[in-house]
Order: sequence, then C-alpha cells, then structure tokens
Amino acid sequence: MLRHFRASLVMLVLMTALLGIAYPLAMVGVAGAAFPGQAGGSLLQKDGKVVGSSLIGQSFTGETFFHGRPSATTDTDPADSTKTVAAPYNAANSAGSNLGPTSKALVDRVKEDADKLGKGVPVDLVTTSGSGLDPHISPEAAAWQVPRVAKARGLPEAQVQALVAQHTEGRMYGLLGEPRVNVLQLNLALDALPKR
Amino acid sequence: MTLNGWAQIALFCGLVLLLTRPLGGYLDNVMAGRRTLLSPVLLPVERGFYRLAGIDPAEEQSWWVYARAMVVFHIVGFAFLYLLLRLQDLLPLNPQGMSAVPPDLAGNTAVSFLTNTNWQNYGGESTMSYLSQMAGLSVQNFLSAATGIALAVALVRGFARAESKGIGNFWADMVRATLYVLLPFCLLLTVFYVWQGVPQNLSSYVEATTLEGAKQTIAQGPVASQLAIKMLGTNGGGFFNANSAHPYENPTALSNLVQMLSIFVIGAALTNLFGRAVGDERQGWAILAAMGVLFLAGVVVCYWAEAGGNPLIGALGVDNAAGNMEGKEVRFGAPLSALFAVITTAASCGAVNAMLDSFMPLGGLIPLVNILLGEIIIGGVGAGLYGMLLFAVLAIFLAGLMVGRTPEYVGKKIEAREVKFTMLAILCCPLAILGFTALAAVVPAGLAGPANAGPHGFSEILYAYASAAGNNGSAFGGLTGNTVFCNGTLAVAMMVGRFAIIIPMLAVAGSLASKRKAAISAGTFPTHGGLFVGLLVGAVLIVGGLTFLPALALGPIAEHFALLAGSLF
Repeated sequence: MLRHFRASLVMLVLMTALLGIAYPLAMVGVAGAAFPGQAGGSLLQKDGKVVGSSLIGQSFTGETFFHGRPSATTDTDPADSTKTVAAPYNAANSAGSNLGPTSKALVDRVKEDADKLGKGVPVDLVTTSGSGLDPHISPEAAAWQVPRVAKARGLPEAQVQALVAQHTEGRMYGLLGEPRVNVLQLNLALDALPKR
Repeated sequence: MTLNGWAQIALFCGLVLLLTRPLGGYLDNVMAGRRTLLSPVLLPVERGFYRLAGIDPAEEQSWWVYARAMVVFHIVGFAFLYLLLRLQDLLPLNPQGMSAVPPDLAGNTAVSFLTNTNWQNYGGESTMSYLSQMAGLSVQNFLSAATGIALAVALVRGFARAESKGIGNFWADMVRATLYVLLPFCLLLTVFYVWQGVPQNLSSYVEATTLEGAKQTIAQGPVASQLAIKMLGTNGGGFFNANSAHPYENPTALSNLVQMLSIFVIGAALTNLFGRAVGDERQGWAILAAMGVLFLAGVVVCYWAEAGGNPLIGALGVDNAAGNMEGKEVRFGAPLSALFAVITTAASCGAVNAMLDSFMPLGGLIPLVNILLGEIIIGGVGAGLYGMLLFAVLAIFLAGLMVGRTPEYVGKKIEAREVKFTMLAILCCPLAILGFTALAAVVPAGLAGPANAGPHGFSEILYAYASAAGNNGSAFGGLTGNTVFCNGTLAVAMMVGRFAIIIPMLAVAGSLASKRKAAISAGTFPTHGGLFVGLLVGAVLIVGGLTFLPALALGPIAEHFALLAGSLF
C-alpha cells in the first residue's frame, strides 16, 4: 500500500508540473505568438479604446442600433451579496435562463417582448441564448430591425439593408452552422458611415 | 428539420467512422508498449517518470493490485485538488482575486473532477483562479481520462489473455495514455481552437466601454488549453459557466465540429482496439454498431423535438421557423445544439453548447435517457467500452439461458462469478440515481433545488443525480446545486457511479484473464453479426427501460403531455 502512495504522490507532482503548468504556459506562448488577436480575446478597438470583443455580444437598447438577443445573465446585487439582479450581457458571468418549455415565466417574458416587437418576429429576438453573450442574430432578425434603425438614423432603408447584407455571414464552407449577423460589428459599421 | 441539418449529422458520423480504425491501431500500439512515431521524444520522459516514482512498468498486477493502485491514486489526487481549491486565494495566477472555494463546494468539485464527471456547482469565471483551472482541474481532466483508458484496456486484456494472473500495470497504462495519446492531441487542438478564436492568456478581465457607453467586464483566461482536454477526455467541465455555449469556448461551427469529434473519437477507437486485442476486428465493429443504432435513434428524436419549436411560443405570434431557440446560440441553431446534446450524453462528456434545461420535453428526454442507459453509446473514454462490454456479458448470458448452454464471449466462458459482478456493476448506478432522486424529491433541502415548477422541476432533480452517478456532468442547470445537501449527495452519487462500476469490472477482468480460451465450435454463438448487435441493443434497452420508465413518466413524459394540453407551471 505504501508503495502505491509513493508512486501516486510522485506521479501527481510530475503530471501537475507537465500538464498543469508547462502545457498551458507553453500554449499561452505559442498562441500569443501565432494568433495574438484571438489569444487575447478578439478585442475590438475604436479610437484607441476597447469597445468590446467581436465574439462577445453586448447590450443595445437605443433606437439607432441593431439589438442583440435578450440575455439572462445576472450580477451580484450591490445591496445584498446573497442575491442577484438582472444584468444583460454580463461577460464576467455567462448563463442561460434555464427556463423549461412549460415555464410560465418563460411564456410571460416572451409574450411581453413579442407584443412590443410585433407579429411574426423571428424567434431568436425573443429568446435568450445559452451563454447570454450570443454575439449574433439571424439574418431574419436583422432584416426585422432595418426599418426602425433606418428611421432613427435618417438613412434610406436600402443603405441599411446593404450594410446588413455585407455583415451577413453564411454557413462555414457552405455547410457548417447557421447564417448569422454579428450585432456589434454591424453597429460599428453603422457608426462609421459618413455623417450627413 | 432541414437537409442541411441532416448533412451536418451525416458528416459527423462519417468522420467518426473514418477515424476509428487508424486511431484504434495507434491506441493498441501505445497501450501494448510498442514503439510508435512519438517514442523517440517521449520514451525518455516516460522512463524518467517510472524511475522517479519507483515503478517497474513491466510488472504484471492482479486485478486487486491494479484496483488498489487506482484507488490510492484517486485519494492522493483528491487531497491535492481539495487543498488547491481551498488555498487558491493565497496562491499565484489569481488576477481577479478569487476567494478560497468553500469546503463543501471544494469537496464536491474535487470528487467531480477526479471521477471524470465534471459536475459544476460553480461558474468558472466567477469562482476559480487561473491556477486552480490549470494545475487543478485541467490536470484531473487528463488523469481521470487516462485512468478510463487504462481501465478499459485492463478489461480488454481479460478477454484477450488466457490463463494469466495479471491484467497489466496501472501506472504504465495511465502514463502511456497521458503522454502518447492525450497530451500530443491536446497540443494540436489548443492551437486549432485559438485559431478559431478561443482565448489563451493570463491577463486580468478586460474592461470595455460599449458603444452605448456602458462598462462591460469580459472574462479571460487560459481557455483553449483546458478546452482541448475537456473535450478529448470526455470530462466536459467548462472553463466558463456557459460551457461550450460561451462564444469564447466554442466560437465557430468548425470549432463545434472538432469538439464533437473530440468527444467520440477515442471512445470509438477503443472498440477497434478491443477487436484487435481479441484477434477479430469484427467484434469491435459489432460493439460500435450497437452503439451506433442507439445513437442515431437519439439524434432523430432530439433533432425532431428541437427543430419543431415550442408551440406555446409559436402561439404568441412568434415566427418559430428556427426551432426552439431558448438557451441556444444562433451560430449553432437547433440541429447542432441537438446533435451536441446527444453526443455529450452518449459519451460521459457533459459539455454543452446549449442549455439542456430549456430543451423541449422530448428533446431533453434523450440526453437523460442516454445517461440513464449507462453512457454506453461510445461513452466516456474507456468508461463507455467497459460499460458496453459488461452489457455484452449480460446479453450473452441471457442468450445462453434461452438455449441452455454455457455462454461464451470472444472465446471466454461467461460463468456465475462474472455475471454476479456484472450485475453488481449494472445495478449500483440505478440505486444511487433513484435513491437520491427519491430523497431529494421529499426532503425540504432537496425540494429547494429546482428552479422550474411542475414535472420539469422533477426532471431537474432526476437529471442531476443521473448526471452525477453516470459521471456525465451536464445539467438541467436551473437546479441550485451549491448547497450543503446537493454538494454532499451529488458527491456520493459520483463516487458510487465511478467506483461501484470500476471495481466489479476489474474483478470480471481478473476472472476472465485467468480462464482458458474455449475453442470455437459449431455451437458457438457468433458475436460479430446483426443478431448479436440486436441482442445487445435489446439488453441495454430492457435493463434501462425496466429500471427508469416510471421516473421518466413523472418527469419529461408528463411534461410533454402537459405542453400538448397547454398547461404552464
């Protein structure tokens, strides 16, 4: 038995040094050298300031922006640390709603949003994502918002539509995944349009 | 359901089949200690490990010694991981200043990662320091997976050897699986994942100012290196709380495909290793075929349920064409979310790319059933093969009863001792699942857990104990698991699910290894054909169905009919 203990202890120390320290640190080095942008979190900058990450959705509420999906992420209640409060797109605490399909809370929430957005709204605009940080919406969900954004910005709808088309990514290699629009990048492009 | 969805499912299945045989051959060479491509680099490292630990890799261990070495290695690993989590606030690589993990949560987490379960009663980015993730959780991801491979190979030796006392050497098996299989693949996978967008850094969390002027804190970390082993080792514990639904942990459909392949590829290859070891690769393909039948049935039901969407949401005037999107990411949609859910529970992985709690009742039923059947569809690395071989022993025993002959499987007579130990292994898991579920469904501490009301709340409880005892780790995540009651009962369920299967399984291995090879005669039942595959699938479904149907009727099945009737909870 003692023999097993010694072997276990030595093995664990060696394996921890190799797999727990050397491997991840070496990978930090390799990744940082080969793909510095991705390794650092695919951050986006505007005027020298970090405005977010191309992979992480952020909350948009203004009329002049395309909106992402509802988000179920929360944060600690500043008034009472044992409680949580809603904090959409909290990228330090990813989470889904975990509401089941027969949940009254789910149906009530969707009803409220759907009533605001109108009949025939695409389902991704009224459902929360798995991570609460989904950076994408479907092309249908983007098209749904074009009239509102164009009106708020005083732009012709066709111009906004063209911008959405430009930012619509198809399935990878024509096969994998679903067509989608990155909301943050689309909104950055909107902001970059020449002012008139 | 779309043609594109089916094409992606077909592509996945094709790639798994393509990789099974070459990787099976490589695994066979590695585990037998033969020279491989990587030997020039790794052999000195391997020998150094043995020398320092005082091990003779050529020493044959009886099943009892093998089991003891494995258990002691788990005890030492538990103590180390527990201390690391308790002391993380005092240790380096903690840029966010995470506090020490509380005792019950640290204990639950240590058991969880030791047993290859990766049930998480915490959110990674809000609880764990980078050091805990790297040197604690990741290391156990490697070691628990290597242990799984070692154990499966030990059982295979039981079938392959004749009149032998030993079933191999635990230390040599564990070290070889780690150095030659898991680590090299993880190096490649990490670079691939970073290329796709997964972060790999040690920076503190990024403070961004959003376009609307709000502050957004974006969690960072050495994600890619942990992700690689989390999938390949079928561990499944997310770096982030949202696991592989998090865009940093699974940024693209291509990273998603590679993650799904990582879950299955070693488990599938081990069936081929089994075939090679018993001298007839068709035996391996037969096992894989039985797994494939069960897998495809699950995919069809789950994809159908999720693609159909939630009628209660459709009734509100929402365009449901994309399917049930609550808890799903746009880049994956219904097909890839359903496929991932079936894969992760067929294997004992437990990583998720969508929230299973928000699946449709029948969509969520499939992952639950996969776990309840014992995760023998490909299964966890190693665990799937030894689980399925135990069912093969049972199936062949039932067939023998029907015709009144002593059953044989790949040349070994299956007798009372093997069947008794097999039944012990097969019955312990249901006992833990149903026992704890029943307890949690009546005591106040258990009833405090579920977030959803009605039958779905019961499903959350049942899923939790199934996932723990099945060493899966996925969850109906609404359940509040970070309580003393849940941390404790789930930890016990995880230990039962690991050791109460492994130890009887090793006893079967030892008993088989000591037997003579029976000569093939006209009366031998061929175990490489369709009849055997059917029998094996039947045995799995009958045992699983008889055991769990009542519980399933109270949860997902009741919820399905409630949904059809338009009831809300």
